[in-house]
This record gives sequence, structure tokens and C-alpha cells, in this order.
Amino acid sequence: MEYNQMELMISLASRYLEDDSVVVVGTGAPCAAAMLAQRLYSPKLMILFEAGGMGPMLPSMPISVGDSRTFYKGLAASSMLDIMEACQRGMVDYTFLGGAQIDRYGNINSTMIGSEYSSPKVRFPGSGGANDLASFCWKTMMITPQDPQRFTDNIDFITSPGYLTGLGAREEAGLPPGSGPYKVITNLCIIGFDEETKQMKVESMHPGVSKVKVEKNTGFPLLWADNLIESEPPRPNELKILREEVDPYLYVIGRD
Amino acid sequence: MVKDYGLKQLKNTKYSPTGSGMVFCDPDADKAREYFQKQKPRKMTDKTTTIKEAVSNQINDGDYLGVGGFGSNRIPTAVLHEILRQGKKNLGLSGHTMTHDFQILSAGECFDRCDAAYVVGLEARGLSKSARKMFEEGKVKATEWTNASLAWRYKAAAMGVSFLPVRCMKGTNTEDYSAGVEMECPFTGKKYLAVPALFPDAGIIHVHRADVYGNSQIDGITVSDNDLARASKKLIITTEQLVPNEYIRRHPDKTSIPYYLVDTVIEVPFGSYPGNMPYKYFSDEEHLKEWLNAETNPETLKALLNRFIYSVSDFQEYLSKIGGTKRLAELRQQEVLVEK
Repeated sequence: MEYNQMELMISLASRYLEDDSVVVVGTGAPCAAAMLAQRLYSPKLMILFEAGGMGPMLPSMPISVGDSRTFYKGLAASSMLDIMEACQRGMVDYTFLGGAQIDRYGNINSTMIGSEYSSPKVRFPGSGGANDLASFCWKTMMITPQDPQRFTDNIDFITSPGYLTGLGAREEAGLPPGSGPYKVITNLCIIGFDEETKQMKVESMHPGVSKVKVEKNTGFPLLWADNLIESEPPRPNELKILREEVDPYLYVIGRD
Repeated sequence: MVKDYGLKQLKNTKYSPTGSGMVFCDPDADKAREYFQKQKPRKMTDKTTTIKEAVSNQINDGDYLGVGGFGSNRIPTAVLHEILRQGKKNLGLSGHTMTHDFQILSAGECFDRCDAAYVVGLEARGLSKSARKMFEEGKVKATEWTNASLAWRYKAAAMGVSFLPVRCMKGTNTEDYSAGVEMECPFTGKKYLAVPALFPDAGIIHVHRADVYGNSQIDGITVSDNDLARASKKLIITTEQLVPNEYIRRHPDKTSIPYYLVDTVIEVPFGSYPGNMPYKYFSDEEHLKEWLNAETNPETLKALLNRFIYSVSDFQEYLSKIGGTKRLAELRQQEVLVEK
């Protein structure tokens, strides 16, 4: 079956969310991945939204992480601090983040481009809840297109913490031990983090993608897993549900 | 001159600032107590008024505002429009997920300082050019925070304490440009970031129902509004509908903002438009797109502002300009007939 890159990334991400786990998602691709997981693999996946929505039966993709879809037929309509405090208490397993820049340690920039904080070249929204989620959730995932401008060590602003400067740096800074970036799912490959150095390490290559292509699209040297595998492309049932139920208006999967 | 209430202003403390940002509101809990003792109404009187009166009496140039809801959901649009019409200036803003609300106040260039957690974006819809301009042209003094840390700053104020220890922001540039102060837990010796209580001069919150005294009820997620209501020195409530006190008394479990927090109440049906109002009406995505598109050119933005804000006398006239009851009925159906 034919598929596009967005469908590939969402399908791959959905397979990581196991049943009876808790995930905080935003709008767009992460929400699509959680919805797909809930319909196919993990019916008891608990989906939370940072503005207070808990366990909705999402009828369609929310436009805002605070709109009424985020608690449609939900288990609770709560508050931002109820969600964030659950994260800080260690109750939340997964979250998904995105950003304009990401470095080899998984640190993310969603604040600004430029060198002067007081007059940035481009101002982005900032942390929102991203820094909180990256600080507190056990496993942070990213779904993002890969190019050398985005995957760079010359990150203009660290909005949300990855592994900061490497092994032990999160703990040294005061962040809860044992939390941090888990997988980065791009249009080219799946990247994990090396246990010793906490740097990005490619684990799985998407069909038809070469090492050279991945390297060309990354602004820093990558580590490679010894047992590098090929990513399994979207399964027919993943594509069917994604297209017919999760995103029938192609808000996300149409953006390829 | 923007005043800084940050740690660097104090002499006798063993701490030094971790973040370089300014603290725009005084976190002193005793000063807040004094204000709440002397200025907060205890009397259960009729507090209903008009949007015009509320904005002219309760919001002064230079005031620091906290806007309730979540950017494009349950927002007090009528008050924001009136702030533009009355030409309020040099306001401070708590950017705790502000999206369309921030866009409106940016278009009027109404503020000069901002606690930034989520600003300039409209989530999946895109970035607001007016809002970006405020930052990129250096028109606003900003201090970085996160949604949770700003919500905890409201919480500290609501608790009546001057700070709370939190575990976010550590190790990042968000921390460097915040006004947080690293501290050691006296029990475990672990590192925390102390964030200062945030007592806004005025909070503005749109609710589903309130009585004339200000007893207010919200349906659906409350976001951070219960803490914002308690943290705010002055509190303006706009409500979809006024209900008799008798109704409130029959459903006291739903009241999360009691009257003594509230300074003024205004009934504004469809008051969150073009934002979503849970169980009532969905956001008007076409109208929000029109705003984003208009912002790409100063002339079209000016025309949009004139058409929808400056040339209209009140919020009801704005609603008639966007399609009136016909359009509002469509949005109502989008909200409540999700599965037909």
C-alpha cells in the first residue's frame, strides 16, 4: 500500500504506546498517533491533554489542546495543574514534543531563532507546557521531519531539556532522575539515545533510506546501533484507520 | 519604566538569581493580604455592570492582566475588544497559553511586558504576525516561564504564599531567562526552582453561569482559572448567562469562584466567540483564519480591526457582523452534534 511520510511517522509512533500506559499529547501528529494506538493496539491507553482533558473518546482531532474535544466523553474534565502535577509526581509514561531545532542530546528549541533574546529574528510560542512535560514525563518522544537546519548542535535556545550536556546532566540540574528523551521518529529513521553518552543513536532506517541520506540531513555526527534494522512500513490496518477514523479530513496526514 | 520585583532588589538573602528575567508583579504575600483585607468586597451586592464600565473602572493603563481560559477556549473576548477600544496602554500580560487573546492585545499594542509561557502562536493554526512583531521589534519586555510554572505562580498567590518550589525549567535557557531562583530542599537537599507568586492587578475570566453577586460556575476543564481567580487583585467575570442565586444554591458543588473573589460581573452571551465554549459552541475557525491572514499586511489588519472592533459599539454588534445568529447556530451545532 502507498503511504506518505506523515502516515509512516504516525504509524511507527503509535506502536510504542502500550496498553494501560499514560500519555500526554498535543494536537497534530502526536494526537493522531495516540488515537491510532487507542483504536488498534492499546484500547486502555490513557490520553491526557495539558489544559485538563483526561481520557476522552476523541471523536476527531482537537484543534487546540484545550478545546472541548479533549474531554469529549472523557473520564474527567480537570485542570492544567492536575495534569502537570500528575507528570511531576511520576504518573505519566509518555509525551510527545516538537520544535524548530533539536540537538544531539535531544534538547529542543521552540522559543526563538537569533542571538538576541530581547529582539529575536523569529519569535516562536515558547515552552507552553513542553518544558514541563520534557522535565517530568518518563519518556519523551518526538515526531519530526529531519533536515540539517532542524537537527543541529547550534541550537539558538534550549526551551525544553533533553539530556542537556550528556550522561548525568539532567540529574545534576535537578530534574527527576530516570526521565528524558526516548525516541525521535523522523521521516528517515528512528533514533534512540546511547546509554553511555546520551547522544542520538540511529536504531532503525525507513525503507529505501541510506545512511548517507540520514547523515546529510543531520547537522551533527550520529551514532549508529550495531543491530541497525529496517523500520516496518505502515500496516494496511494502520493506514485504513488513520485515513478513515483518525484523520478523515487529512488535517495532519495531508500535510506531507 | 518597568518595575522589577525580582530577587536582585533584595539585600538580605542568601540566594542569588538563577534567571535573568524580571518579576513584573510584587510577590509579597503580606502586601497582598493587606490589599485583600482592604480592597476586596465582602459584601454580597449586585455587581453587574457593562463591559464599558468594567474596563474603564477596573483596568488602568499599566495594569498587569491574567486572562482566563486557554487562548482560544473560554476566553473573555468582549473585555479584550473593549481594552482596544478604550486604548489601554502599557499593560502587563501573563502569557499562560495566550493565543487569540494575545493576538487581539498585540494588534492594539496594548502591552509592554509579558511573562511568556505560550505566546504568539495559535497552536496548530499558525503564528500571529502582530504578536511576533511585539517581540521581534523589541516592544515588549519578556520573562520566560512554562505553562505549569505560571499556573503554579497563580497557585502560590492563591495559597497566600510568596513562592513555590518546582522541578521544571531546570538546566535550560527557559530557566536562564526566567526569574526563578534555585534553592535547596531543606528536607532532602535536592535542587528546586523557586518561582514567585503572581498576583495580577486584574484577572478576566469568562464562565458558563454566574449570579449577580459573582458566584460563578465553569463547565468542562477549568484550566488555571480557579487559581487565577484567587490570585487576582481585581476580578472581572463575564458570563454566558446570569442565573438566579437560587440556581447557584441548588448546585453549590459546581461553584468554583465564590462571590467574594469577584469585583464585577457582565452577562455576555457567546462571550468566548470566536473561541470555543465547552458544551455551548465551537471555535469559529474561519474567523480565526481571517485574523491570521489579515495580519500579513498592515492595511488589511487595520481594516479588520476597524470592521470588528473600532467601528462597533459593543460585542453584540461584533456578533452581528460575523454572521449573527445564523453563524452562531452553526457553531453551536459543531459543538453539540459531534456525532449527529
